[in-house]
Order: sequence, then structure tokens, then C-alpha cells
Amino acid sequence: MIDAPAIAFQILQSVFVVLAAPLLLGWANQCRAWLQNRSAPSILLPYYTLAKLFHKDAVIAHNASAVFRVTPYVMFGCMWLAAGIVPVLATDLPFAPAADIIALVGVFALARVFSALAAMDIGTAFGGLGARREMLIGFLAEPAMLMVLFTAAFISGSTQLNTIVETLGHREFAIDPSLAFAAVAFLMVLLAENARIPIDNPTTHLELTMIHEAMILEYSARHLALIEWAVAIKLFAYMTIGIALFVPWGIAEAGNWGALPLAFAALAAKLAFAGAGLALLETLLAKLRLFLAPEFLSTAFLLGVLGILTHFLARG
Amino acid sequence: MDQSLSSQFVNLLAALLLLLAFAMLAQRRVLTLIKLFAWQGAALTASTLIMAYATGQGHLYYSATLTLLLKVILIPWILHRLIDQLQIRWDIETLINIPVTMLVGIGLAIFAFALATPISEMAGSLTRATLGIAMASVLLSFLMMIVRRKAVPQVIGFLAMENSLFFAATSATYGMPLVVELGVALDVLVGTFIFGIFFFHIRDEFESLDIRHMEKLKED
Amino acid sequence: MEIALVLGFPLLGGLLLALFGHKRWAPELNALMSLTTLVAAAALTRRVITGGPMTALDEQFFVDPFNVFLVALTAFVGFTTALFSRPYMRIEEHHGRLNAARLRLYHSMYQLFSFTMQLCLLSNNIGILWVSLEGATLATVLLVSLYRTPASLEAAWKYFILCSVGIAQALFGIILLYFAAEKVIGPGGTSLLWTHLYAVRDQLEPTVLSLAFVFLLVGFGTKVGLVPLHNWLPDAHAEGPTPVSAVLSGLLLNVALYAVVRSKVLVDGALGRNFSGGLMMGFGLLSVVVAAFFLSRQKDIKRMFAYSSIEHMGIVTFAFGMGGPVAAFAGLLHMTVHSLTKSAIFFTVGHATQKTGTQNMADIRGLIEQSPAIGWGLALGSLAILGMPPFGVFTSEFLVLTTAMHEHPWATPFLLVALGVAFAAILGKVQPMVFGETNLRRLPHAPALVPVFVHLAIVLMLGVYIPPYLVEWYRQAAAFIG
Repeated sequence: MIDAPAIAFQILQSVFVVLAAPLLLGWANQCRAWLQNRSAPSILLPYYTLAKLFHKDAVIAHNASAVFRVTPYVMFGCMWLAAGIVPVLATDLPFAPAADIIALVGVFALARVFSALAAMDIGTAFGGLGARREMLIGFLAEPAMLMVLFTAAFISGSTQLNTIVETLGHREFAIDPSLAFAAVAFLMVLLAENARIPIDNPTTHLELTMIHEAMILEYSARHLALIEWAVAIKLFAYMTIGIALFVPWGIAEAGNWGALPLAFAALAAKLAFAGAGLALLETLLAKLRLFLAPEFLSTAFLLGVLGILTHFLARG
Repeated sequence: MDQSLSSQFVNLLAALLLLLAFAMLAQRRVLTLIKLFAWQGAALTASTLIMAYATGQGHLYYSATLTLLLKVILIPWILHRLIDQLQIRWDIETLINIPVTMLVGIGLAIFAFALATPISEMAGSLTRATLGIAMASVLLSFLMMIVRRKAVPQVIGFLAMENSLFFAATSATYGMPLVVELGVALDVLVGTFIFGIFFFHIRDEFESLDIRHMEKLKED
Repeated sequence: MEIALVLGFPLLGGLLLALFGHKRWAPELNALMSLTTLVAAAALTRRVITGGPMTALDEQFFVDPFNVFLVALTAFVGFTTALFSRPYMRIEEHHGRLNAARLRLYHSMYQLFSFTMQLCLLSNNIGILWVSLEGATLATVLLVSLYRTPASLEAAWKYFILCSVGIAQALFGIILLYFAAEKVIGPGGTSLLWTHLYAVRDQLEPTVLSLAFVFLLVGFGTKVGLVPLHNWLPDAHAEGPTPVSAVLSGLLLNVALYAVVRSKVLVDGALGRNFSGGLMMGFGLLSVVVAAFFLSRQKDIKRMFAYSSIEHMGIVTFAFGMGGPVAAFAGLLHMTVHSLTKSAIFFTVGHATQKTGTQNMADIRGLIEQSPAIGWGLALGSLAILGMPPFGVFTSEFLVLTTAMHEHPWATPFLLVALGVAFAAILGKVQPMVFGETNLRRLPHAPALVPVFVHLAIVLMLGVYIPPYLVEWYRQAAAFIG
């Protein structure tokens, strides 16, 4: 049923996410600078970077195939789709039935596959290196992510994010140990999937230690801008998934204009907190050596499985 | 605090206990192991206190105090002094690598949960889920003792197992009689002392605390 | 009153010897304290035999024919071992393997060990039973590593870790037992009292009890030395000083088995005899067979006899598992004669190894030439433990075998084969040790061999003629076991 306010909500959310994602990145960078006792760059710096990149001329290798050219658009599109599905501001959006949590994981996987293929496309050494490492991380992180999502799904009885958010947001306050396990696991997966410390250092310039950055070494100008933007949207999407699963209070229903300011305010507060938390983690932890990354992720997987088990145990 | 909230707190602390047991399984550094052990003791004390408040059983307060003194303060202190005097920092290897250990740990946790489900149905409503978690923690501590190469992590695994057993006792039965708990506490304390003395003997004889030095007695 | 004496004397002895254990007269003090414990135990026994089972101190202690016979046995063997340890430890000190400080540790721990074992036997509170059994382990750990050689440290470490882990499983079993009991009796200290549990044993929840028994059997069974939980036993017996091996083999295994049987009686009320019986028979049979085969491969004399202990404990477990008056009687008799014989053997072995300076059987030869007492002691002791008539071990093994043939014929071939293998192995190894060319040195102190022959005489007597009051005693105990 086509519902004009709902569609308006949908468009509003999608546009908002795309525009706000670099802001989150800038905020996290600011917090990190403060924690490290440096003077912080402007919070709008990612925007300036994107604008700068869009102005430049794209340089592409001779032997680049169609995959290489298409990948930035695919990645951006996938992330935009994910942003439209996750109930950032409101539940019951018209787009939401397009994908439940399992399909959401698949959307992220699609982006990852394309980026890995594009990295190997040119045939440089670092591209292949980055692609292989990225697939290793993804191979281990995906089951962990699924376990976390399944915990939430078992508690609310459905794999639709909408239902999950409504169930978790509207039940009485209960300290659920399975969600506690799932939250820790989700945090670990978030750090891994978004190429943050302790899995990957987003600000490194040492190619041999790169995982994600190594895959996009060949990109320039508008392609690079789109990829950077997609990375920012991915972080935003992951954070909002976490918020939707673990602290879902304040999310409005679609069509309810009155609840919108509260939703914005709640989201802003939660994301500010989350960004600061991310910066804190990045400051406290050190990057793990690559062979320890599987341990990190298997721990996350384990906690996810424990969350499911605890749920079944506590329930009966 | 009504019944269900305290029950949730106890469940949360049980989950924390299990999480700490897994964390100990994955740890490489001995100092962190001792800290995790102290945290386990703290979680145990907290859950005993909540249960004492919720069920109104006085002797659980004594029990909680005993746990606090022994397992959060005294034994970690003894272990710290031992570590200092023996100058241990790292435990470099385990018998099987850590991801596999984690997977085996998950298997054991599932096994323990399955085993505990028929019994926990008969438990008091306050602590239904915790018996399975306690059993899982016991099995995990046991696993930790098996896969470690050095002596000190084995001992810490043993102490963690005692922690989990104590938690099982308080969760399934609202605490054992006080005299038994005192006896168990005494045993644990004396055991730790003897372990300490032992470490010095082992170190004097073998110049290291690696267990592999002590695998010479075999069947021929 | 007698209970207080039986417990108080060893405790007092432990304290005194902690202060004076390094003096020259410490071994005599040790023996004296053990003698007083024996006298108190005898008084207690007489009281229970004439007066029937009794509880004491607000029902915290309970004495019935089953445990009072073990109390008496423990006190007796404790005393004779203390007598044996007098010259033995003096010789060890003379040879330079021990110093005065370690002797102090040894003597005080010996008495404390005696205390914990008596406490375990006399306690009515299952929790205290557990605490004292763990205490017994702790008391002996430092004794096993007394010589501070690499092998003894390893043995003590294994002993400590394996037994502590095992007994932690038993603690879980007790928790489950308490959990089941709480439903019927209600919370509080009375739910752990054996007498109360015995009264309501058929009302206890079967599922919980079956799980509890498994944990209890595994836990206490580790201390009994049941295969596959026996790994600590050969090392601990081989590397510790011989008096420690004697009491570990002769007494601690019995006390641990006592704990298993008490648990079995409770569980049988709820589940019937088959569940626990089946488990115990399985473990017992496994222990007998595995121990017999390992026994034949041993080169160290103490390890060989340690495996023999595992084998005999397996026989007793099997007997208790079969159940019924005859099998229970046989089990009790076997516990007695095994204690006496094994400790006698260890006494002779101890002096034999002191004479040759090695525990390797290939290097011990011709004991009978230089020291006829030791030689004959070892020869007779080995014959006794192998089940030759007219020694008592033959009687109990015969009873076990005939009951098995009647009720569980499938087990008899295993038992016979295992006993045969052990027979051949031990006889084959002991014979050259006793006879043959000698290469021994003189001992600086006269060996204590009176205990050896006293034990063997008792075993012989039990083989030929069991006094009626003893028969009655065993029957009453067997009736309790069911």
C-alpha cells in the first residue's frame, strides 16, 4: 500500500544517512584527536575531502576491466540500500521488507566481493594481498554477525529488523544475558568489518599492514570519493544496526511526524556516544598482528553462539 | 527489588561468569589471568549478595563476605606475590591453538547446557538458568587446565573451577551449609599455599615452570 | 567421647610434631601418638559393637559397623606403619636423602593425614567428608615430593592436580545431592547429614541422583585409583617415601572407596541397585584388567605393587557393585586383608630398596641370603597378595569369583585372566629378587620387621579362621551396604 508519509520518511532517512555518514566519521576523528592530546581537525573534514576528490580527474589503469569501473557504484549502492533498510529514524519503512537481517548481511557481502574482485582486477601485488586478507576477515566475521543477529531474532521471533526493533524497544526493561553476549560480539564484528583498530588501522600508510586500504590503492577521484563515502555509510549502518538491536528506544514509526524530532535527538545522542566510544577503543587498543585476527573473530563467533545458547537456557 | 529483577541480575552475573571463563581460556598473559580470576570472584560475591537479599537467607551474607575476602583479595594477592617472586610473565604456548580451544569450549558449553536442562526445571525459580552456566564454567575451567603448558595457569584454572562449583552450589541450592563452605574455603586456601610452596620446589629443581619438564614419568 | 579421642590424638600429634618433629625422638613420638589413636579406636569399636550405631555432637558424627571397622583398620595400620617408619626414616636420614627439617614436615603431616582420614570416616556430614578427603590429599602432597627429586616433584604435581580435579567433580556431585535432598528435607545443615539422607533415600529425585552418582563415582573414584582416572597412583606410590606409599595404598584408597559406597547406598534407594552397581562393576572390572596388564610391564618394584593396589581396589569395587550380602562381605574382607598385606609388602620393599639403593627390580637380588626376614617377608607377602591359600586374600577373592559366577558369569573370564596375569607377573618378578646371588649392603639401623609379620599373621588367620565376632561385624556392615 503506497503511503505518502511513509515514502517521505523513507526518502528522508536515506538522504539523511548519506549526508550524515561523513559527519560521524569526522566526529570519531575529533574524539580520537582529543584523546591523543592533539588539536582536532574540523569536524567537516571528510566533506572537504570528498569535495576535493570529486573535483579531480580519475586515472584508471589500462588493463582495468568493467568490474573495476563498476565497483565504486556497486559499493555505494549497496550501502545506500542498507541505510534505507535499517530503521535509523523510523520503523515500518516501505523499503524495509526488501531485506531482512540475513539479506542485509548478504548486501554487505556483495559489496565486499565486488571490492575484492576490483582489488585483484589490476593485478598489483598489494591489491591481491588486500583482497585475500579482506576475504579472510569477512569469512570469519560473517558467521559471528549472523549469530548476533540470530540472537536478536530468537528473542523477537522474526528476522525482519522492523519486528526486532519493535519487540526489543517496547518490552519492559529486562537485563538479558544473551543480549549482553551478543552486544560484545557485535562490537567485535563492527570493529573487524569496518576496518578499525584492532583489526586494521584506517590511517596507516604502510601497505604491508593494510587490509582494507590496500584494496582501494588504485582508485582516484570520483571513484575513490564514492568508495570512501560508502565506507562511511557502512560504519553508520553498522552503528545504527547496533543501536536498533541493543538500545532501540526512541525510534519513531513511519508516518508519525510528531515523533521525528525525538527520533533525531535520540539518534544524535546515541551516535555521539558511539563515536566517542569508538575513538576510545581505538586509542586504548593496539592493532593485532594478522595471525591473531582469526582468534579475535573466533572469540566474537563464540560469544554470538553463547548468546543464542544462553537465550535458550534462560527461556526454559 | 522484586523477584524478577534480582533473577535477571543473577542471570546477568552468571553470563558474566561464563564470559570470564571463556576470556581466561583465550588469555596468554598470566597477570591478566589473575585479574580475570579476581573479577570472577567479584561477580560471584555480587550474585551471592543479590541472592541473600532476595531470598532472605542470612548465611549467604557470610558466604559472600568469605568469597570476597578469599577469592577477590587474598588468593589473587598470593598469586601476585608468587608471580613476582617467580618472575613469570607470559605463557607462550598452549597445547592446541586458541581458536580450536574456543570451539571445543563451545562444544563443552552446549554439552553442559543440555545436561543441566532437566535438572534446572526443578530449581528454585530465582536461578533456573544458572545451573547450566555453572556447569559450563566448570567444564571450561577444566579445559583450561588441560590445554595449558605452564604450571601457574593450570592452578588458576583449578581455582576458577572451584569458583564455578561454588556458583553452582549457590545457584542450585541457595548455598551450602555454612560449615561446609568454611571447610571448602579452608581447603582452597591451604591448597593455594601448597601450590605456592610447590612452585618454588619445581622452579628450584627444573629452573622453569614449564609442565613439559614433568612429563618424564611414563609407562615403558 | 571416644570419637573426640580418635580425632583429637592425631590432631594433637600433628601439632606436637610440627614443633618437635626434627628431634631425635620424633619417630618414637609419632609411633606413640598413633598408638593412642589405636587405643581410642579400639574403645570406639567396642562401644559400637556392643551398643549399635551411634551419632554424636548434634549428629555431625555417625558411627556404624561399616565405618568403625575402617576406623579400627586405619588406626591399626597407621600405628604399624609408624613403627615401621621409625627405623626406615632414620636409615633414609643416614643415607642423606632427608634432613631434619623434612622429617619434621613428614612427621607432622603423617599425623594430620591420620586425622583427616579419621574425620572422613566418622563424619555424618557429607560436606565435611569431602573437605577431609581433600584435606588428606593436601596433607600427602608434600609428602610424596619429600625427596625433592625431579621424578618425585612430577609425581606430586600429577597427584595434586589429578586428585584435586577429581575431587572437585565429587563436590559437584555433592551439590547435586544436596539439591535433591533440599527438596525433600528442606534447606539447612540437616540435608547433608547421611543419616537423614538415608532415611529419605527413596524419595530423592532419580534424575538428579543419577547425575550426582556419576560425578561422585568419578570424583571419589579418582582417589580410589579406578581406571581411567588412576594416572597419579603409580607415580605417587613409587616416588614417595615407603611409609607414605604404605598408607596411601593401604588406607587412603579404602577411605575413598568408603565414600563411594556411602554414596551408592543413598543412590540405590532412589534408583535401585542396577544403575550404581553396573557403573561400579564396569569401573572395577576395567581397573582389574588394565592394572594386571600394566603390572606385567613394570620395572620399578613400587610401581608394580602400586598397580597391584589398583587391581585389588578394582576387585573390591566390583564386589560392591555386584551387591548382595556375600559380595559385600567379600568386599569388606578384601579391604581388610588388602590393607594389611599391601602395607606389609611395602614395608619389606622399603627395606629391600634401602639395602640395594635402587627401586629397579632387575638390580635387587638375593634378599633371603643376607636378610632372611626381609626376604621371607617379601616372599610371603607376595604370595598373600596373589591370593594363594591359606591367606585371607584367597578367601575374599574366592567369594567374589563365586558370586560373579552365579550372578554375572560374563565377568568371570576377565577376572580370572587378570588375576592369572598378575599372578604370573608378580611371582616371576619376586622370585629372582628373593632368591639368587646377593649384592646388598648392610643397613645402619635394624629394620622394623615385626609389623610385617604381624600383618601377615593376621591375614593368614583371616584366611583360615575368621573369628565369629568379626563375621558378625562384617555381616552387619554388609547389611548396611545392601
